[in-house]
Amino acid sequence: MVKINNNKTKLQVTDGVLIPARDDSSIFSAWRIVFYGALTAMILLIIISPQPYRDILFFISDGIIRTFQVTLSSILFALIIGLLVGLGRISRNILIDRICTVYVEIIRGIPLLVQIFYIYYALAKFIKLSDIVSAVIAFAICYGAYISEIFRAGIQSIPKGQMEAALALGLTRRQAVFRIILPQTVKVVLPPIGNEFIALLKDSSLVSVVAVSDIMRRGREFTSLRYEFFETYTMIAIIYLIMTLFFSRLVAIMEERLRTDVKPS
Amino acid sequence: MLSRVKIVNVSKNFDGVIALKDVSLEVKNGDVFFIIGSSGSGKSTLLRCINRLENVSSGEIWIEDILVTGSKANIRQIREETGMVFQSFNLFPHLNVIDNITLALRLVKKINPKEASESARTLLKRVGLLDKEKSYPEQLSGGQQQRVAIARALAMNPKVILFDEPTSALDPEMTKEVLDVMLDLANEGMTMIVVSHEMGFAKAAATTVVYMDEGEVIEIGTPDEIFNNPKKERTIRFLKNVLRA
Repeated sequence: MVKINNNKTKLQVTDGVLIPARDDSSIFSAWRIVFYGALTAMILLIIISPQPYRDILFFISDGIIRTFQVTLSSILFALIIGLLVGLGRISRNILIDRICTVYVEIIRGIPLLVQIFYIYYALAKFIKLSDIVSAVIAFAICYGAYISEIFRAGIQSIPKGQMEAALALGLTRRQAVFRIILPQTVKVVLPPIGNEFIALLKDSSLVSVVAVSDIMRRGREFTSLRYEFFETYTMIAIIYLIMTLFFSRLVAIMEERLRTDVKPS
Repeated sequence: MLSRVKIVNVSKNFDGVIALKDVSLEVKNGDVFFIIGSSGSGKSTLLRCINRLENVSSGEIWIEDILVTGSKANIRQIREETGMVFQSFNLFPHLNVIDNITLALRLVKKINPKEASESARTLLKRVGLLDKEKSYPEQLSGGQQQRVAIARALAMNPKVILFDEPTSALDPEMTKEVLDVMLDLANEGMTMIVVSHEMGFAKAAATTVVYMDEGEVIEIGTPDEIFNNPKKERTIRFLKNVLRA
């Protein structure tokens, strides 16, 4: 997305899906075209050709639930890790800061698929974790690193004067962080965290390789029974598209809400 | 009687740069100290050392019988005894006016919310903003925000209020409303240390004017002595430049 205004070129690149812009309310916005297009395509395919499309949807419907289970529990733990590590990275204690930074560097340098394999297969030498537990741990550790960067940047984006004013009033650093800094950070970090959630939803398809029966895994099981690769993966692509676009809209609405919360008329 | 604030031979270095050099001042109860000097002269640094937002390199600062600069100093207690008003207001944007004022009362002084709100309203009345208690900072003008910031500092009932260029970020027409509030405080006997360029306020309200340059106190005296009868060459040159501007 490139926005040009006041001769200042601002490059806004999102690596996630399209989060609808506030001023983009036309009927034919890209979001609407794709979201309603995907929805229509899905309905039409099921009505016109229930064999195999309806069968595919029924077959993988429990995979949709599993995908959500993995995504939601992963993001929850990733947020906790991300907040703690993000706070650690602004800590005045150099040791804590260094530990957190090393963690982030290690995790960001290893492909997610390798991390999943590592926790499921490699660590099996020491501890046997169930497929879904190791998947959630892998995602939480990986996304926790990325989210910690968002929290760190968000906390650092709050003007220094806020902390100083809080301290000058006699608040402890802890009180200042929790009462003054973090409440302001939430507003700033919510959109990028929404993006991470959507990215995680998509990346969750990787768990299919460690035997978690998510959408992708169920799809592969279907193709091994019926050999209808084109139909199956078309359906899977449409399902992911609908889910990610739905959540991107939700993130946009939340962002809007937060903005109006601060500015009641 | 104890001085309200006593600064004894304070020096401060920032990475080899001398910010304060052997500064000594004595502020008595009810005094309004007005510190002038060009930017970089150490005025703001001195204020920030008084409530320990900065640490001194050597010397002592006392607030009555509390040693601010001691390594075992209770920093929270120091900050309860000092109020600070910043150039950029630094109101908390996610809290409305009344919560901005009551937050520290509730968290630091442990006053119950109802009582805290009552005293906040009394203060808002004093700064003429009683009708804005539910507003958020960004809905207020700069002058109104700074008046809320003053009320917030007053709420803690400090022994001294430190004003760090309180009107420098304001349009001229808003400067007056803030200075009027400060003038009222001075007349009520509040002990204040003000870093500012508003010479009019100094003439009307200051008990003592301090001229600083390059981290040093160059001259100190009554407003009349400093403005009409400066003794030191550097003070004369500074005032000439300021008055010409």
